[in-house]
Amino acid sequence: MPISNHAFGAIEASVYAPEVFAQGLPAAQRQAHGDRPRQPAAEDAAPLLALEGIGLSFGGVVALADVDLSVRPGEIRAIIGPNGAGKSSLINVISGVYRADRGHVRLYGARYAQVPTQRLARLGVARTFQNLALFKGLSVLDNVTSGLAYRTRSNFAGQILGIGRTRREQQEQRGRADQVLEFLHLTDVRDRLAGTLPYGLQKRAELARALVAEPRLLLLDEPMAGMTAGEKSEMAAYVRAARDRFATTVVLIEHDVGVVMGLSDRIAVLDYGRKIADGTPEEVRNDQRVIDAYLGVASGNEEGADI
Amino acid sequence: MSAIATQLSPAAALPKWLAPLLLIAFAYVVIPLIGNSYLFEAILLPFLALSLAGVGLNILTGYAGQVSLGSAAFMAAGAFAAYNFSLRIEGLPLVASIILSGLVAAAIGIVFGLPSLRLKGFYLAVSTLAAQFFVQWALTKFSWFSNDSASGVIDAPKLSIAGFEFDGAVGRYLFALTVVVVLTFLAHRLVTSQTGRNFIAIRDNDTAARIIGIPVLKTKLLAFAISSFIIGVAGVIWAFAYLRTVEPAGFDLDRSFQILFIIIIGGLASIRGAFLGASLIVVFPLVLSRLGGFLLGDLFDSGVLDMSQRIVLGALIILFLILEPDGLVALWDRVRRRLSLAWQSS
Repeated sequence: MPISNHAFGAIEASVYAPEVFAQGLPAAQRQAHGDRPRQPAAEDAAPLLALEGIGLSFGGVVALADVDLSVRPGEIRAIIGPNGAGKSSLINVISGVYRADRGHVRLYGARYAQVPTQRLARLGVARTFQNLALFKGLSVLDNVTSGLAYRTRSNFAGQILGIGRTRREQQEQRGRADQVLEFLHLTDVRDRLAGTLPYGLQKRAELARALVAEPRLLLLDEPMAGMTAGEKSEMAAYVRAARDRFATTVVLIEHDVGVVMGLSDRIAVLDYGRKIADGTPEEVRNDQRVIDAYLGVASGNEEGADI
Repeated sequence: MSAIATQLSPAAALPKWLAPLLLIAFAYVVIPLIGNSYLFEAILLPFLALSLAGVGLNILTGYAGQVSLGSAAFMAAGAFAAYNFSLRIEGLPLVASIILSGLVAAAIGIVFGLPSLRLKGFYLAVSTLAAQFFVQWALTKFSWFSNDSASGVIDAPKLSIAGFEFDGAVGRYLFALTVVVVLTFLAHRLVTSQTGRNFIAIRDNDTAARIIGIPVLKTKLLAFAISSFIIGVAGVIWAFAYLRTVEPAGFDLDRSFQILFIIIIGGLASIRGAFLGASLIVVFPLVLSRLGGFLLGDLFDSGVLDMSQRIVLGALIILFLILEPDGLVALWDRVRRRLSLAWQSS
């Protein structure tokens, strides 16, 4: 899968193109989505996720100040910024780990002062973490299967005795997990303990755990942090393939500007908790404030390098 | 990968359930034939009761990651509940009274598990101490629990199921063995189920567990309930089958620590570990007293024995924490792998 065939002008065409659904899941699997909106993306499509006037501070330190952000269905939306710009805080506000002091989060039109973390999976939101958050004591397969735990209907007594719907439920969940493992080329390590995998594979396994629930919105907190250049482009390819196959919307935080430029449809730039730019990679690349605040040293660096 | 796979192939050729099944058959058929009453009374009965308590605590601490220092309180709750059920409800079958007393222990476990919704690690451990002190205090303070007996020590009723009496050491051993086998099998099924995997998920990363939609609070309380149920039944075995008396003093903080040591030495998050740890804890003082008596003669009186037990046990725990944090189970698996490798190459 080539990384940068996203011509910047052709973003609208690539988002939710008909072939996305053609490549998507078989009908049987789509059932779980219910009446997922399938409107074609356009400039004025209702945002899947919108942040409105988000403010957050820890003690006297302002982490986020009056941040607005809108994410359209089906796009890959990047949030970049220097260290301490508030990127992770933003993801934590979206996923309800933090409660914003001001403003609110709009998810599929519903307004939340704090997104209910416990119901996040049911709402169709999945996320990964900056520092690996796999369950080290479980196998890769069990980790990925646990991404479906919120759907489990059987109770512990039924599971102990193996009666009722337990067996069928378990088989179905394992089947789904296996499909995702195959999709991300993790089948070889499916029975290994997650804690024993090399770093890059752990990151990918975490992506698999988030993807198995086929989320409508996927939040990736630095999915490529600490990876080699080769691993980064591989991961970028997986992120795009996941978007195309599961028709999901991706919000991702990343340090590596080069990877982000090629991968995302739109980019928001944070600096000291404020949004200083928002637009297509091309617009962001040419934005003087971004160049001043963040890309300054890299303005002549078209290949993209770590900043 | 392939190297590891070939290493394990001889073990993999045997079905997994074969070894436990052979062990159970041995325990049911061979041991009653060869054992004497000392073996049953002094070794096997306490071993079975403590193993079961270890299995229960391992579900809570090893799998779900919630440290508890209140195990002996749940054992006491189970023992006293069973005593009172059989005393006050005429004609209640023994099995029903055991299940009911497990449920009583589970309810108490849920109550004292509530702090786990806000507390973690050491803070939670300290708050479970409240269970330990409260239950022991209540059982001593209110003589109703011990049927107003003057000494607070009461005789346990006879063990009989459907008219069949489990008399004598062998009978009580077979009774305890059956309860332990059944509950251990169910515990094994639990920890390999989705609920068991949820326990591990909460232990390893509770934020991630919450985000992917595992009901963290409910799962924690479920771990407390199931663990306390098993520990409560272990208390019934301890009092009814092993000591044949019920008294609060036997379920003090020392007992809680003993059970915690069992799972640390045996191996956290392992059913087998509870049995290995319990066998060490039970057999080790006996070996020490024999060895001490043999080496030092009369110098080695009960005071010295008690002290040396504590010292050696303490040193052993420190050694385990440093050298083999995964416990006897990891040691056992490593030895077995070496042996099978040696067997293969020869």
